[in-house]
Amino acid sequence: MIDTLRMTAEEAMGLIERREVSAAELHRAYVDAIGERDSELHAYLRTVDEPEGEGVPIAFKDLISTRGVETTAGSKTLSGYVPVYDATVASRCRAAGMPLIGKTNMDEFAMGSSTENSAFGPTRNPWDPERVPGGSSGGSAAAVAAGLAPWALGSDTGGSVKQPASLCGIVGLRPTYGTVSRYGIVAFASSLDQIGPMTKTVRDNALLYRVLAGRDPEDTTTVELPQPVEIPEREDLRGIRVGVPRELNGAEGIEPGVKEVVQRTIELCRELGAEVGETSLPRSVDYGMPCYYLIAPAEASSNLARYDGVRYGLRVNGSNLRQMYEKTRDAGFGDEPKRRIMLGTYALSAGYYEAYYGQAQKVRTVIADEHAAAFENFDVLVSPTSPTVAFKLGEKAENPLAMYLSDVLTIPSNLAGLPGLSIPCGLSEGLPVGFQLIGPQFSENTLFHVGHALEQAIGFDFVPGRLR
Amino acid sequence: MAITRDEVLHVARLARLELRDDEIERFTEQLSAILEAVAKVSELDLTDVGSTAHPLDLVNVWSEDQPRPCLPVDEALANAPEREAGFFKVPPA
Repeated sequence: MIDTLRMTAEEAMGLIERREVSAAELHRAYVDAIGERDSELHAYLRTVDEPEGEGVPIAFKDLISTRGVETTAGSKTLSGYVPVYDATVASRCRAAGMPLIGKTNMDEFAMGSSTENSAFGPTRNPWDPERVPGGSSGGSAAAVAAGLAPWALGSDTGGSVKQPASLCGIVGLRPTYGTVSRYGIVAFASSLDQIGPMTKTVRDNALLYRVLAGRDPEDTTTVELPQPVEIPEREDLRGIRVGVPRELNGAEGIEPGVKEVVQRTIELCRELGAEVGETSLPRSVDYGMPCYYLIAPAEASSNLARYDGVRYGLRVNGSNLRQMYEKTRDAGFGDEPKRRIMLGTYALSAGYYEAYYGQAQKVRTVIADEHAAAFENFDVLVSPTSPTVAFKLGEKAENPLAMYLSDVLTIPSNLAGLPGLSIPCGLSEGLPVGFQLIGPQFSENTLFHVGHALEQAIGFDFVPGRLR
Repeated sequence: MAITRDEVLHVARLARLELRDDEIERFTEQLSAILEAVAKVSELDLTDVGSTAHPLDLVNVWSEDQPRPCLPVDEALANAPEREAGFFKVPPA
């Protein structure tokens, strides 16, 4: 009997290597679990009938192009779209022998923090189905947390891997910008988008990152890793300098319960031998959110111009070309993409460009410089991943600005192109709290080391209480 | 910083979005609130600060100009809403 709820990807790998279980049996176990639990959760948009590969299966967020398998990015615009090629991350997983279980639900075009913006209905949090799983990679997070996939891929622009990982009690990495190929990924904001692994443990995360990372000739923004990915083993933090940025830990809106669990985890860093000190990112938090909501929509307004009904995706006919464009785009996009396209178009339009987009690009420099200065004294910076635990469905759906604040703690380091790891560090009100570890560019090995040591010391049970 | 109904219509036109009446009203209100929040970036005096367009320090990434197979026409057109004689077909301008 395979217990998909409790089994890590590493354990699954062991079962296959020792020939105790075949890849087909393993895959079957996940398909059965999906049959049992996904009608309630809706983590998947579709599953794959004929998986290929002899390894541990995986689920992909539905913005990763998969040859022959519908890829919608959670949008009506791409409903029925079947890619004719694989994204590089998909080919890498294929080459590693990982069968695809299915494609997971997401906020439309990765725009959102709750997965409620999916055109195909929301995903629910396995810890409490009345609550959201976070987003935009909410389907992948819920699938891993509920034992519907041993591991999954998500994408992170402003926090879309880290925040749902936090809300679902799993481990999520947003890699250093440029270490994982974006070729074949449905683009949102190209200077920010990164694909990241979502797993039950830090070691699983490192194992999956090792499959994904490295230069891809098809994506000129990718680079080779300066050193190979290490699977973490050390369980102490001696020699590690942990910085606690005041602004990230004292931001308005952080729930007291979240603060308390995070504070305890910071104490734990000290007990494990780390040097812990306070530091400051004076402008990164206050100006990060405004900066992000100019840069990301500006890039989105350009990237989403391609959905015009000409080459693929939805078309609504009109009497002339322009009318066809306008009707197609009105019918295909949901509210959030429309808001962001309009916001981005406005910020880039004549007369506003310098004041909005130009200024935001300068703020981005300030934020990157502040982080670089903090890393002169510290190896990692820590904070809550999300100011709150999972919130109720509908709670923020009508208020875009309130929803945007879900990512207030993940956005600053994303703008600076830095890697961030979220690990579960405890419960508040019976719901998981995520601990965010931020490092300098290419410091994934340090993040894995620190994350693993903390994970071992915390002993968080990643199986949602109600499913145990 | 409030955005007017006319500005919303202008932006929608630039973005090739045909908005319905209820959308125009809703977006005017929501975009005003969002613009007010993001306008915070103008508080900082950043005259001497450079721009960051991209988080990595990459300049001129070259590759060999080598021919290789590309998508066959049939596959490139596989998802086309309408096609004719090996081309994408669209309504007249």
